[in-house]
Amino acid sequence: MLEIRALSKSFGGVKATDNVSLDFADGSLTAVIGPNGAGKSTFFNLITGALRPDAGQILLNGVDMAGKAPPEIVRHGIGRAFQVASIFPSLTVEETMLAAVGADQRRAAVMHRRFPLAETRDRAQHAMELLGLASKRNRTAATLSHGDQKLLDIALALVLEPKVLLLDEPTAGMGTEERWRMIDKVRELWEKQKITVVFIEHDMDIVFKIAPEIVVLCYGRILATGTPDAIRSNEAVIEAYLGSDDHAGAVA
Amino acid sequence: MTELQAGQGAQTMAPPRIDARPQRYRDVLVALVAFVVLALLPMMFGSKQLLDFVIRCAAYGLFATSLNLLVGYTGLISFGHGMFFGLGAYGFGLMMQKTGVAIPVAFVATLAMTFVVALVIGAICVRLKEIYFAFVTLAFQMLIHSTILSWQSLTGGDQGLRGGIPRPPFLGIDLSNHLHLYITSCALLVIGLYLMRQIAQSPFGYTLRMIRDNATRASFIGIDVWRAKLTIFVLAALFAATGGMIMALFVSGAYPEFAYWTISGEGIFINMLGGVTTFLGPMVGTVLLLILNDTVTRLTEYHGIVLGIVILFFAIGLRKGLMDFVVEWFAQRRGEGSG
Repeated sequence: MLEIRALSKSFGGVKATDNVSLDFADGSLTAVIGPNGAGKSTFFNLITGALRPDAGQILLNGVDMAGKAPPEIVRHGIGRAFQVASIFPSLTVEETMLAAVGADQRRAAVMHRRFPLAETRDRAQHAMELLGLASKRNRTAATLSHGDQKLLDIALALVLEPKVLLLDEPTAGMGTEERWRMIDKVRELWEKQKITVVFIEHDMDIVFKIAPEIVVLCYGRILATGTPDAIRSNEAVIEAYLGSDDHAGAVA
Repeated sequence: MTELQAGQGAQTMAPPRIDARPQRYRDVLVALVAFVVLALLPMMFGSKQLLDFVIRCAAYGLFATSLNLLVGYTGLISFGHGMFFGLGAYGFGLMMQKTGVAIPVAFVATLAMTFVVALVIGAICVRLKEIYFAFVTLAFQMLIHSTILSWQSLTGGDQGLRGGIPRPPFLGIDLSNHLHLYITSCALLVIGLYLMRQIAQSPFGYTLRMIRDNATRASFIGIDVWRAKLTIFVLAALFAATGGMIMALFVSGAYPEFAYWTISGEGIFINMLGGVTTFLGPMVGTVLLLILNDTVTRLTEYHGIVLGIVILFFAIGLRKGLMDFVVEWFAQRRGEGSG
């Protein structure tokens, strides 16, 4: 259970996250939507420790993550992928996975062998298969397509076996068809892994189709939360966000 | 087994071997063969000059390879790595002169002292971003150099440690015997390289590569970047100090130049010559630089100009070190052959 309690963050005078309280049940799949500058990425950055909250709590199974550094938060079980694929360009897909698991297993102190544990390899292999990257295991990350780099980024988060997975725009920079493939993948991962997934998405078609739960952020505040149907018919949402721009068509 | 730097030449990378065991046995085998070959050299060539050359290669090679753990593997460009070379030489020399302990004791004690100094300096430096890290490590180098110069009563100031370093025999090894010194230097070189190779290929070595490629991402998969950087900073310092101790034994003394910033510069120079994307690049660079140094100084007094032109050729012409070039060339040929 991930509980956000009265989370706030200001940059100068701008309240990027303003008194946000949310619950993410174990095994839930939630989409976070909102216009540009609504504070979606800030919200993710606060939860993962990239930014330090001004106030509020981030409770993962009752333990407060607020103010902790990213490595510690990751080790508590909150993994993330980035809007712009954040990978290790010179490592191959397989090396990336092995290195991530190796670091997670705290095997850093074992200086005298290369990824010796069968468990390390199994976990790496499993993550590559989940993301469909197993056939590209020997490709250097820098040479992967944009879509595969995004998948690798997600694989990096997933290989650590997180309790909560935060995906910052998994479909950013993709064409329509690729978007659907990616989002199907996200849904498949969620169903298979039985973990809590929260993702940011701009495409309303996608959000309404696959997310059982939706959170609408606007100016750093929660405008609405609920099921796709509830959000679709929510007056405030239509007025403030959906009705005001070209997403209107998707709602109607 | 190339380690390509982020962004450059990545397309030529050959599929790496991930199997743990063959790798390990192969490394042991390579180390043993290298040691046997080096140990047989004196029987084949009686030249004392050649043996001297190999001893110097051992000292500088350990130093340059350890610098590459920082530069090539972790992306930490240190301009002060030479301070640990100097510390090794002075620490060992002083301990032998003043305390008269056995050589292995002085060896371990010098490593212990280097460990503490590197831990303190590293803790201050590794938090800093690239250019500041470079400058502050350079500043510490200058600090240690001027301390050596001004603490005359202990270090002999600009005269260096004079009067020779006593070398009482231990375990049947007599380091005042040139052949014994040669074999010991070779053993230290091979063991040092083997250990550094293990570090580079270990999970920790891959943690370093992740930090080099993308430190932010590394922290978001749970890696404590600061601690990993500090660990490798200290480890690299220990190998550099070992190089310094070989040098002290070789010249039977220690001189302020060993701790001067130009030593760090030469380390960087060697890495550029040999290349930072292969493990043995710096070793090749060491041999190249020492050969260049020896031949050019004999031929002309303007050796600085010649060395400068050579490094410009590597930096601007090849845009990589010699070993990088060779490895890429082979990878390309193999690529053409199979496809």
